[in-house]
Amino acid sequence: MDNSLRELYQEVILDHSRHPRHFGVLDNATHKAEGYNPLCGDRVTVMLVLGEDSRVADIKFQGKGCAISQASASLMTDMLAGRTLDEAQKLMDGFVHLVKGDDAGELSADDREHLEAMSGLSEFPMRVKCATLAWHTFHNAVEEGAVT
Amino acid sequence: MTAQGKITASFDAAAARADFPILSRLVHGKKLVYLDSGASAQKPRQVLDAMSEFAGTDYANVHRGVHYLSGAATDAYEAARRTVQKFLGAAREDEIIFTKGGTEAINLVSYSFLAPKIQPGDEILLSVMEHHSNIVPWHFLRERQGAVLKWVDVRDDGSLDLEALDAAINSRTKLVAITHMSNVLGTVTPLKDIVARAHAKGVPVLADGCQGAVHELVDVQALDIDFYALTGHKLYGPTGIGALYARRAHLKAMRPFNGGGEMIREVTRDIVTYADAPARFEAGTPPIIETVGLAAALDYLSGFDRAAVKAHEQDLYAYARSKIGELGWARVIGDAPGKGAILSFEAEGMHAHDLATILDREGVAVRAGHHCAQVLMERFGVGSTTRASFGLYNSRADVDVFIAGLRKAREILG
Repeated sequence: MDNSLRELYQEVILDHSRHPRHFGVLDNATHKAEGYNPLCGDRVTVMLVLGEDSRVADIKFQGKGCAISQASASLMTDMLAGRTLDEAQKLMDGFVHLVKGDDAGELSADDREHLEAMSGLSEFPMRVKCATLAWHTFHNAVEEGAVT
Repeated sequence: MTAQGKITASFDAAAARADFPILSRLVHGKKLVYLDSGASAQKPRQVLDAMSEFAGTDYANVHRGVHYLSGAATDAYEAARRTVQKFLGAAREDEIIFTKGGTEAINLVSYSFLAPKIQPGDEILLSVMEHHSNIVPWHFLRERQGAVLKWVDVRDDGSLDLEALDAAINSRTKLVAITHMSNVLGTVTPLKDIVARAHAKGVPVLADGCQGAVHELVDVQALDIDFYALTGHKLYGPTGIGALYARRAHLKAMRPFNGGGEMIREVTRDIVTYADAPARFEAGTPPIIETVGLAAALDYLSGFDRAAVKAHEQDLYAYARSKIGELGWARVIGDAPGKGAILSFEAEGMHAHDLATILDREGVAVRAGHHCAQVLMERFGVGSTTRASFGLYNSRADVDVFIAGLRKAREILG
């Protein structure tokens, strides 16, 4: 068996894709954005409540796509809840570096451990965009997705 | 029967396979199994050599110089036009226009032929199985001129309902634009009947032959069709070159497409007059080397007994179809009678991209996604499918590797 495949599709990823956390609609969302990858048709909608202290008070997502895109969205929502936007940005930068196989020095040891399951992606450059879709969508939600 | 597949009386697939240098390379340490010919076919050394030799001996710009090489290049370029003419069974060589590919050919018909005729409310009839290249040029006319796109459905097996198509043609219909062979379902449409039905109501027909020209014998005169578009790179030729067959009676009235050199008769400060077809539609320096490559590809393909090539591909499809059926967890989309060698499917609990990644590690190249046919994906209620598309160089052994890869994917993702 190809080890890099086992690494990519490890139990944590498959579990997140089959049983996504924070999956659903957030009725009181303050920010919302839809992400779409026209090349493969993956879709993800990220909804969040941004508190006055600039913290992600609540976050949910909905989506359809490959195991990587769905697991990544699930992991992301798990990790972003409770963080400030600055912390979220740092986490996102670290995540992008990690999946591309670059130095992800921004990540704390704890975050690094949480995201370890995604590090197998660095062997699959064609699939990096699947993993980053949810994160870019979160970014767009915060930047331009204020619900009015 | 050999491991390489059935050798028919007149087509030796294993020998043909040896013509394609890339097929002997490894991918991820595994022997390449190329099942993505529907996206783009690999090129035989006959095509690669023809391009290289032309570029190394006879190359210059066409239709311009008086020098020797310009003449030689022009001869090769125009000879390629006659090769396409013969390949499509066109009556005249000036009915063949070289384009960048199938997409440009259809855009040319949209802009030069149909747009000037469109009044708000006029209809363009399409099937739901069209590739985006045979949808978006017509959406342009909807957006810009108020044309109405009407859609002919396919049956659940992917076959076209000819009666429904016939019933959808009315006095406002200005064009029927339909694929010759679906790039997702493999469905081959009954072009001759479609043309007969449309012409009975005075409506011209365009066929997107990007897949059809590869797998079916085309005779535009026998079909009595108005426009037929093809692309070189799916025909074992190079990228950047395709062709449009257009009936001469239409060409005379069609306005120019791109403006530039080559397509004019006279240019002054105040006026411009245009060359006749095909030059009128071939502005600028064409991809000359690629055109020579296209001709070499058509010669290569025509060198085989095409019916025997088709029989070989049909054998591969039938074998793959039966093997994938045995898995019990793959839902095949497109089972129309007489369909071509394209196998699209959805696998229970596994996304097409995850499947394609795992197959890739086995050296198997397949396409995953919506295949530029989102209208069709919606029709079948799927976001994406995995597609194995076969070429003349594939073998039953390729199918076996593919099926083994699917089993492995199930093991990993299941």
